[in-house]
Amino acid sequence: MHTPLIESFRERIAQGRPLQIRGGGTKDWYGQALTGEVLDTRGHDGIIDYEPTELVITARCGTTLAEIDAALDAHDQMLAFEPPSFGGAATVGGMVAAGLSGPGRAAAGAVRDFVLGAVVMDAQGEQLHFGGQVMKNVAGYDISRLLAGSLGTLGLILEVSLKVLPRPVASSTRVFDIDQAGALRLLNQWGGQPLPLTASAWTNNVLTIRLSGARAAVDAAVTRLGGSELANGADFWRDLREQQHAFFAQPEQALWRLSLPSVAAPLDLPGAQLIEWGGAQRWLRAEPGLDAAAIRAAASAAGGHASLHRGGDKQVGVFHPLSPAVMGIHRRLKQQFDPQAIFNPGRMFPDL
Amino acid sequence: MNAPVVPHVPVTPSFAPARQREVVDALRRVVPAPCVLFDEEDTRPYECDGLAAYRQLPMAVVLPENEAQVVAIMRACLALQVQIVPRGAGTGLSGGAMPIADGVVLSTAKFNRIVRMDQASRTAVVQPGVRNLAISEAAAPHGLYYAPDPSSQIACTIGGNVAENSGGVHCLKYGLTVHNVLRVRMVTIEGEIVELGGGALDAPGLDLLAVFIGSEGMLGVVTEVTVKLVPKPQQARVIMASFDDVVKGGNAVANVIAAGIIPAGLEMMDKTSSRMVEPFVKAGYDVDAEAILLCESDGTAEEVEEEIGRMTEVLNASGAIAIACSQSEAERLRFWSGRKNAFPAAGRISPDYYCMDGTIPRKRLADVLLGIAEMERKYRLRCANVFHAGDGNLHPLILFDANLADEFHRAELFGAEILELCVAVGGTITGEHGVGIEKINSMCVQFSPVEREAFFKLKRAFDPAFLLNPDKAIPTLHRCAEYGRMHVQRGQLRHPDLPRF
Repeated sequence: MHTPLIESFRERIAQGRPLQIRGGGTKDWYGQALTGEVLDTRGHDGIIDYEPTELVITARCGTTLAEIDAALDAHDQMLAFEPPSFGGAATVGGMVAAGLSGPGRAAAGAVRDFVLGAVVMDAQGEQLHFGGQVMKNVAGYDISRLLAGSLGTLGLILEVSLKVLPRPVASSTRVFDIDQAGALRLLNQWGGQPLPLTASAWTNNVLTIRLSGARAAVDAAVTRLGGSELANGADFWRDLREQQHAFFAQPEQALWRLSLPSVAAPLDLPGAQLIEWGGAQRWLRAEPGLDAAAIRAAASAAGGHASLHRGGDKQVGVFHPLSPAVMGIHRRLKQQFDPQAIFNPGRMFPDL
Repeated sequence: MNAPVVPHVPVTPSFAPARQREVVDALRRVVPAPCVLFDEEDTRPYECDGLAAYRQLPMAVVLPENEAQVVAIMRACLALQVQIVPRGAGTGLSGGAMPIADGVVLSTAKFNRIVRMDQASRTAVVQPGVRNLAISEAAAPHGLYYAPDPSSQIACTIGGNVAENSGGVHCLKYGLTVHNVLRVRMVTIEGEIVELGGGALDAPGLDLLAVFIGSEGMLGVVTEVTVKLVPKPQQARVIMASFDDVVKGGNAVANVIAAGIIPAGLEMMDKTSSRMVEPFVKAGYDVDAEAILLCESDGTAEEVEEEIGRMTEVLNASGAIAIACSQSEAERLRFWSGRKNAFPAAGRISPDYYCMDGTIPRKRLADVLLGIAEMERKYRLRCANVFHAGDGNLHPLILFDANLADEFHRAELFGAEILELCVAVGGTITGEHGVGIEKINSMCVQFSPVEREAFFKLKRAFDPAFLLNPDKAIPTLHRCAEYGRMHVQRGQLRHPDLPRF
């Protein structure tokens, strides 16, 4: 029943015109400008295989994240990198292409860490299988992980296999009143200790952490770390993941994502900040007038990079400029995999 | 390692002396003379890696002392169109560091410094020649360690781990090299210095770090690596469970995972393996059991207590005929000693052995073990199976005697057929040892011509000159055509007369 769609994908690619690969369209705002005719992947959907005891789920690109979550939920399992969906229509293909991870990222890993395999349609309309449905696989280059965060620039993702994990048995969300420097110090100290610390968020002089895992481990950590319990902790982390948290409710301001070493000192930039991932991800609602160059310079000086996540003026470049050597590899990869520049041209970098 | 030792490729020099002089002279212009080896007595130790059956004397070996020298070596080799084989400790099991006849081996042996150990950020910056275990030893005073622990960790280097995406017995819970490396600094064949990843958890652009890890030295030469360090668990305990049936053992593994537990280690051995190791190490294994399962829990004392209790319950319910739980660190190590000595034990009971490395969906374990038992009869060779059961990575150890006519050949055919079976049940030909030269033909079984061409496209983006370890990991169309004369490709099996499940 899915063959006609595959055939139509192939025909669209064969036309050789730029395509804007699109699932639920929930992240149209992400990346550089959208160009090309829309290729809608939503019809190519459905979970192909889910083996809870193998910890692997395989689904077609158009499968909604909601469907995947429901299937995993029924077996007390989850996507441990907690991908944001930004709307109920979000698809798994879009999730992998966008490569965005949520609150669990620092503890559990990113999207790419959980991608085990993929089927891709290339610029010639051929279907290629990379990786597989097993945890350990070093046969050939790990192209399926390269697809995570590629923004659809290398090919059309048709199917993905993802590693899943059990939901933690117990969970507790704790709140502490503390300033930014203090929170960063604590988070990095705790990060070096065997604690079941699986998410963190600091903003407005409040640090919120999630302890989750075995019941005994969570209880022991609660006793040791203190803080006060936040009721409805799960709602807090969901809102944070989906950027429904009050911090994000200022759409007129440019939202920057700074990815830094967790130990980087507090940033001296004008604008409100929210810090996740134990200090390694810092959201900045830039004050008007704060220019991209200053933000990028601060991120570089701290040993990381800055992207214009949402809003603002994309003319400044959404993603941090690459070094010439790394950009050279990007150009050659694009040339090799998509010589006619059909797949999402310009979505990641304007001239790629 | 007591891997097979039959040289079945030429061991004599196969390069022109004039070419050797030309290349050695070029290398000596960029590194001190003692860093270039070319006399046969000096290059002989580099003729193979851990897969000793595959040997080739290199034209020269170069041991750069710093990154500037690596850059200069790459440029010199590019100018002369000399092929380069990067090499760490040479412990690899797939011949990834086997030299190329008229090529140069580039050893990272002199890159053996831990550049920085940072407790606050839980990272270490190390040179590629630093041994895997040395990182954990240096991190230990901070209560931290580097999680991936391949069995060769006392000798293997982090550069080699990056090349192979090495795992270890704890990778179900703690991940592979790709999950534990934040940054790689490397030099391309054109002599450009490239940083992939960084000090943060991600980097802008395509995730080139993810694809570089596991690329078997074919994309660039690593000069520095930043690894993630994690807190050392306060405690670890292991359960040893015996089963009277391997299928029950396999099901027990599935049941543990279905119960929502991710053990720190989850290993299985068949009866041939436990009988092989028990006289050697006296681990206390039940040698009449068809399968022994080792199930480890780590974390805080409270956490371990809780998890051990839950695992014991599941294993009992899954039909374990005996269960023992380690009561001390000494006992834990004793339980593990059998599993960890499986390879040496194979070397003790058999003159040679050949270690395979397929990964399968765990639910197909019984089918695969039955298939292997059938092959034992067909090839008239014994096979002991040890299994990283948590992640489906199976290490059949084919026992043979290289001095007996045609046994190595039979072992090779046996191995190739096991890998085909792994692919047929939805698995892969290599879980952690890499393709190298050893499994290059099996790549023709697992990947279609357009998929293999995609790998070459990726290589061209990093190494357009095709000079870095070019004959490894990805077979050419020509090679697969040759192999295909004897073997049919994916979906069609070689021996239709054999039962398959």
